[in-house]
Amino acid sequence: MTVAVSPAGPVAAKSLLDHPAARVLTRRHHLRWWEALPWIAALGLYFGFPDYLSFGTELLITILFALSLDLALGYAGIITLGHAAFFGAGAYTVGLLAFHGIWTEPITSLLLAAVAAAAIGLASGLVLLRTTGLTLLMLTICTMTLLGEAANMAHDYTGGFDGLPSLPIAPVFGVFEFNPLYANTQYLYTLGVLFICFVFVRTLVYSPFGQSLTGIRENALRMHAVGTPVRRRLVICYTMSAAIAGIAGALWAQTNAYVNLSVLDLDRSATVLIVLIVGGYGRLYGAFIGAVVYMALEHFLAQIYPTAWQLGLGLLLVAIAMFARNGILGLGGVLRQRYATWRTAP
Amino acid sequence: MDLAGNFVSILLGGLSAGTVLFIVSVGLSVTMGLMGFVNLAHGAFAMFGGYVIVLAMNRAHIGFGPALALGFFATAALSVVLERLFYRRLYRAGELDQVLFTIGLIFIFIAGITITVGPESQPFELPPALSGQLNLGFLRYRTYSIFLIVVGILIVLGIWLVFERTRIGAQIRATVDNRRMAESLGINVDRLFTITFAFGSGMAALGGGLGAEFLGLDPQYALKYLVYFLIAVSVGGLGSVVGVYYASLLLGVLDFMLKLYLPKGGTIFIYALTILLLLWRPQGLFGRKGT
Repeated sequence: MTVAVSPAGPVAAKSLLDHPAARVLTRRHHLRWWEALPWIAALGLYFGFPDYLSFGTELLITILFALSLDLALGYAGIITLGHAAFFGAGAYTVGLLAFHGIWTEPITSLLLAAVAAAAIGLASGLVLLRTTGLTLLMLTICTMTLLGEAANMAHDYTGGFDGLPSLPIAPVFGVFEFNPLYANTQYLYTLGVLFICFVFVRTLVYSPFGQSLTGIRENALRMHAVGTPVRRRLVICYTMSAAIAGIAGALWAQTNAYVNLSVLDLDRSATVLIVLIVGGYGRLYGAFIGAVVYMALEHFLAQIYPTAWQLGLGLLLVAIAMFARNGILGLGGVLRQRYATWRTAP
Repeated sequence: MDLAGNFVSILLGGLSAGTVLFIVSVGLSVTMGLMGFVNLAHGAFAMFGGYVIVLAMNRAHIGFGPALALGFFATAALSVVLERLFYRRLYRAGELDQVLFTIGLIFIFIAGITITVGPESQPFELPPALSGQLNLGFLRYRTYSIFLIVVGILIVLGIWLVFERTRIGAQIRATVDNRRMAESLGINVDRLFTITFAFGSGMAALGGGLGAEFLGLDPQYALKYLVYFLIAVSVGGLGSVVGVYYASLLLGVLDFMLKLYLPKGGTIFIYALTILLLLWRPQGLFGRKGT
């Protein structure tokens, strides 16, 4: 306490940094050993279970999509049920370019998809982010549905309800071809893109910009008071989130070699929201845990009986909302705290 | 048919569809206005009620009127149980947890109905008194649509009377305006919410049954029309009964007209209009600012 009011100087600054809270704050962006685990597991899947690679590719795309939502929803607190708008924008960018034979090179297509999704994110963010709560929720749903209807109406270009089948995608780096039977290339390509995007998001959320986003989520009024350009930050964050969601959609279109209206519907938005909340939002790794749990449950329960999957998912969501407010990762934190207090108690 | 007659028939068709939308959505509006609870499972209550009503008519051969009453009370009772057990624990939770919980409930309802009743659409037959045409003097129109419109007007009048002229109505209005102040004045907001929640769910059930004729009834109902219910509520304004009524009628007429004249993608205008409206008035047409 006395340190904080003493005249500022090198000594005071040093002892301030020695404070336990300060130590936590200055170190929290450091890499920890367990952060390598997801990537080791991803490579393990590649070598250990070659039969599951197309499932794995789908999983990695879901992680990336959930990660993009985490940036908007988990960090900036923008509640949206229309994130599929950007996923779809990315997917249709790749689809339209490839189907009409304009551009098939995958990596530049990804960038173009990101730009297209970001443009939509910027345009909609500028007008939408003035609102909050239910109004914002409705506006995001409507924007997404609007895009979906537009894609449906532009039948001549987008194939309407049937979508664009068998997209030609050029080999990655001009060498590695996408093979529809063996998803090896798709998997590694997706993993690489996910890794790059993850490093970007991780850097971003620990930067001063990311900290200000968390501040806006926690108390927008206070952030206004300290002079943060709240709306501009939100719009920038939303735009970046849209770009990453666009990349996820583009990956989906490239690895499946088709696009249809399912990339733009409420189902996809709700699914990614569920994935993120199940895993734990605002925690970077929630997207990973949530996607693995969700997709594994879907894969195995739907094999038994599709309705069993719906029932199981419903029960899981209710249980999470009731007992694990911060998702599975949050539950881990609670258990660790309980354990710590139990151990320190006499 | 001449142009004016054509216009009137479109208007009547749209109004009857809008009335059903209103009956389903009004409870959602009031409960959201009261507690700020994002209850996406409201459509699931409508579906549950619709199933109770239709199954009572088809399998137990109960009349339309008693079946509607049965659906209302069964759904209201179920919603009270759910409210006591689950909803009330989430009042203080964030919107996200509420969204997650109610999406979970939707899935449970869908799966439950698929397992117990089956995935197929349920046939619905109007009672003879309501089927056929009614002569309005200048135009013959479907009796059932006229019946729906009249029922809607009666309901809106009834709710308006309760809101404006009774003690509990005054309490609801006070709580929608300022919950903290209402609580400090000794209004039992918890009890108030349970009552309105049960009533709103019962109304949703009525809507599910009354609308089964043209909305159909299958397990996907809870999700299929959710966006429409939400649009009606957010455009009308949270907690405003009259607002939801006008918004529902507007939505019903627009939807009816667009499906007739622009069957392919005409609904795009509904979403565009909703966006513009909500940007112009984020609190909805009849909502109060800052609540």
